[in-house]
Amino acid sequence: MTALPAASPGAHPSAATRPGPPLWLLLELTYRCPLHCAFCYNPTNFAASGPELGTEDWLRVLQQARALGSVQLGLSGGEPLARDDLEPIVAEAHRLGFYTNLITSGVGLSEMRIRALKDAGLDHIQLSFQDSTRQMNDFLSSTRTFDLKSKVAALIKQHDYPMVLNVVLHRLNIDHVEEILQMAERMGADYVELANTQFYGWAWHNRRQLMPSRAQVERAEEVTRRFRERQDRPMRIFFVVPDYFEKRPKACMNGLGSIFLTVTPDGTALPCHAARMLPGLTFPNVKTASLEHVWYESSGFTHFRGDAWMKEPCRSCPEKTRDFGGCRCQAYLLTGDAANADPVCDLSPHHHKVVDAALAAEQEEPMVFRSRANSSRLF
Amino acid sequence: MSAEGIQGASRPSLGRGFRLQWEAAQNAYVLLFPEGMIKLNGSAGEIMKRCTGESTVAEITADLERTFEASGLSADVIAFIEMARAKQWLSVAT
Repeated sequence: MTALPAASPGAHPSAATRPGPPLWLLLELTYRCPLHCAFCYNPTNFAASGPELGTEDWLRVLQQARALGSVQLGLSGGEPLARDDLEPIVAEAHRLGFYTNLITSGVGLSEMRIRALKDAGLDHIQLSFQDSTRQMNDFLSSTRTFDLKSKVAALIKQHDYPMVLNVVLHRLNIDHVEEILQMAERMGADYVELANTQFYGWAWHNRRQLMPSRAQVERAEEVTRRFRERQDRPMRIFFVVPDYFEKRPKACMNGLGSIFLTVTPDGTALPCHAARMLPGLTFPNVKTASLEHVWYESSGFTHFRGDAWMKEPCRSCPEKTRDFGGCRCQAYLLTGDAANADPVCDLSPHHHKVVDAALAAEQEEPMVFRSRANSSRLF
Repeated sequence: MSAEGIQGASRPSLGRGFRLQWEAAQNAYVLLFPEGMIKLNGSAGEIMKRCTGESTVAEITADLERTFEASGLSADVIAFIEMARAKQWLSVAT
């Protein structure tokens, strides 16, 4: 229901030989979702996914993760509000000492549920805006979906939750960054994530339609920079960079198996949202495996931990301790070998594949929305 | 919240949306906030856990000096609280 966040919790992995704990736990409680976003990172074959875990399974995962040292909990999906046991899951997480984050489209967040979640100990709500082309259009014309999300934003404030607005950016909405920031400010958001689409799952499938042009990206960055300068209230803005336009890769997940553990609706444990695509690895199911086994022993989590797996140019690169060779899934998707350098890096012999994908966006003119500014620009 | 410098009589408390807790697995105090975490070093943790809104900066400093049998900590404590306020980890009533 949201794009893959490239940002990780502000924790720095220690240089100790024993791996640190899975500090950040993400539970994808369900693939059910009222939205149909073309940029979703969920796997395109999610319809073939097995049955969802039951409440008891999720509670056991929480207990085992907390015992290992997990502390940040994301509850996501799909739309996590589609689960009617969200409240007891939050309550158990709170009891265990997690900081609990609900990552939602807002659909289904009634006054009754937001109150019940507060009572259960929910710490924070991340609300997405403009998740699909239809909604973007709804947003631009202030129709029903926009109204619903606006009401939810007001409810979140009314119940005194810290609020993060997450907006996934792509070719069709990146030119509206200024309006998006103004909207967030009006709604009293504490944080705004301008999350440029990361190309996995549905977003990978739709990359030709979603890829912005370099000029669009540069304009959005400039607008964001100017907005930050004249801000008069403390709203923090995270600009998740579109890595296809970079020369160095993102430090994806701080390295696989370093701080992040996610569990899919059917119970598969993964070291990142998209890792199920990586061939040759074992990703145990939490119905039969303990999280301790998953984290410390399963190949899905140990294989790409550290740097022994690296090939050149990463192996001898002084920057490998900073970016960990980038994203394994991106290396696999674009080069066919997950152990290659992330081809976003211009030291990769496959870098031209990223450049070509980004340049392809230049071939096609982006859609021009009806606005006073665009009207002036055209004539 | 005042934009003035931190005084001995200022009463710092945890910023809105932040939670401070001891994490045995990390052997440290950590500061939790929406989708983020900061692991505090020993002295930062000792200062932060005393910022409850009850005690003044002068009282916090005196307590630290007593606990760690030290003296002259005032400037360091104030510098840390200034930094923490700028990052919104703390809010400060004067």
